[in-house]
Amino acid sequence: MSDASAWLVVWPVLIPVMAAALAAAFWGNARAQGAIGLAGVLGQLVSAIVLFAHVWQNGALAMSMGGWPAPFGIALAADTLGAGLTVVACVAALAILAFGLADTNADHHRAGFYPLVLALMTGVAGAFLTSDVFNLYVWFEVTLISSFGLIVLGGRREQIDGAVKYAILNLIATTFLLIAIGLLYGLTGTLNMADLSLKVADLPQDAVLETIALLFLVSLGMKAALFPLYFWLPAAYHTPLPTVSAIFAALLTKVGVYALIRVFLTVFPESGELAREAMIWAAVATMVLGALGALAEADIRRFVSFTVVSGVGVMIAGLAIGSETALIGAIFYIVHSIIISAALFMAAGLVVRAGRTAQVEDLAGLYKGSPLLAIGFLLVGLSLAGVPPFAGFWPKVYLVQAGLAEQSYMLVAGILLSGFLTLLAVGRTFAIAFWRAAPGDAAPARLTEALQGEGRLLYASLGALAILTFAIGLYSAPVVEASTRAAGELLAPGPYIEAVLGEGALPADTAIRVETGEGGE
Amino acid sequence: MNSLVLRTATPFLVALTVLFSIYVLLRGHNEPGGGFIGGLIGASAFATYTIAEGIRAARRALILHPIAIAGIGLFLAGASGVASLVFGDAFLTGQWWFPAFAPDFKYLSTVVLFDIGVYMVVVGTIVAIAIALEEDR
Repeated sequence: MSDASAWLVVWPVLIPVMAAALAAAFWGNARAQGAIGLAGVLGQLVSAIVLFAHVWQNGALAMSMGGWPAPFGIALAADTLGAGLTVVACVAALAILAFGLADTNADHHRAGFYPLVLALMTGVAGAFLTSDVFNLYVWFEVTLISSFGLIVLGGRREQIDGAVKYAILNLIATTFLLIAIGLLYGLTGTLNMADLSLKVADLPQDAVLETIALLFLVSLGMKAALFPLYFWLPAAYHTPLPTVSAIFAALLTKVGVYALIRVFLTVFPESGELAREAMIWAAVATMVLGALGALAEADIRRFVSFTVVSGVGVMIAGLAIGSETALIGAIFYIVHSIIISAALFMAAGLVVRAGRTAQVEDLAGLYKGSPLLAIGFLLVGLSLAGVPPFAGFWPKVYLVQAGLAEQSYMLVAGILLSGFLTLLAVGRTFAIAFWRAAPGDAAPARLTEALQGEGRLLYASLGALAILTFAIGLYSAPVVEASTRAAGELLAPGPYIEAVLGEGALPADTAIRVETGEGGE
Repeated sequence: MNSLVLRTATPFLVALTVLFSIYVLLRGHNEPGGGFIGGLIGASAFATYTIAEGIRAARRALILHPIAIAGIGLFLAGASGVASLVFGDAFLTGQWWFPAFAPDFKYLSTVVLFDIGVYMVVVGTIVAIAIALEEDR
């Protein structure tokens, strides 16, 4: 339990928190903070990769804080899903931080940009790696508090407006989450997810459990921006700095989706019929309404926000179908969405920079003025819409296949329709903002400063993510393999439970149930 | 606030409150108290000082920026958890040293270090908020 290899699960959480502390200690010294920020996220990425490699070789890994054995102590635990998502989150964060070096100014640094980003990364990694539901709530709070600080960087009036909406709705969601956790604790007397997984299976499947499952769906669905609770996202995400929007879009909703997957597959693998029924409808509505919102939106940053919402619906569709193929699709889509959401908000930020307006109708001739940006936007836009051979295509193939096999025709129709609508929305934006000739003799909008000095970082980070999504699309085998293993572990959580609770924690009959993978749908 | 009574009483009040906060911090080892509540008491001392003497004097008295104090505290708390790595224990496992000349002295441990870290985080954060509120007036 306490050998050095178990420490691997601690580092991805500990490194950013120590770096955040160090960056805060250098308050007022932006140069030192920047170096610590980069080093912190880089260190977190390295530690996450090492952790993932270890989990890939040796299976799930857990460590109980302070040596108090789980379920009494609070444990961190990593399986393929948690470790893998931590790696992807760090990759996106590194690209976003590189973008941020050129996008943020001294005022933002003085307001604590770097410590806040590091704190946010701590919360994200903590949520991915915790095996305790109350701890999960705490990590949500950590991300929430640091995101409050980030969303108001710059301090414009509309930012405060967006931040208030964001803060209030997220606090309501957090309250619901806390109520759900409290009820679950009252019912079972434990907060450890592995322990819960065993105890909930023995409970009568009655209305109380149903209520708890629904409360989890509502609270985490709000965090993940699921219909009908997604309205806070487009209301808030277009206001902060492009860097901050990119971090939020890449990571925050995905933490919500991850938590839903974890709660519904590890804690309630066989309960919550009503919640699962509701999830199907919510997923379809989120996909389609998100895409329709994107199509209708005149502001390019709000357009990108709606596409993020639509993507959340696709991921939840995978969870709602619940078969192994569907989960592979959902997990692959999370990976894809982390990369693509960051890239889209970067691209949108650059468009606003070049055109000096966010209104798509007022933009024109960007293709002529900034061809590189046009190519980058088109690449990520096509990947977003799920056009082959980009990364967005493959998870949808799995999801549609799974939906047909499980006869969830509504979800299949939703996925296809939302993909089509997203393609229309991307095409419309591209045609108007990039292809359309600038009216009259107006000079085409140019990103003049962007190809010199620090501005190169803006293109480099967008380019890196665009190339990444293209590369994953062309060579998707490793992601598929990792998603397949992650999905298998979710449906047969035996090794995860044993890693957290120790050998022999599974009762004999449970062990058989878990081994044969009947823990899922 | 320019009040003669407050300015005269403040040095005594602040010194006593800071002393008491450190007492509560150390007492928390085995009895009610600890870093969090001690930090709140300590922060109230600095808040009193800020009200009586003004922001500039308070900043001078703190030497470091309040958020830097919080950062150092967080770093201390984290580092106290890492100390157990050297001894092959899990993260945050308490480590104790009982010096030979004073075997009953129970304060040489990573647990106390952690609590001091918490104390600094609380003092730094609350004082930062207090100063920000005072600045707005």
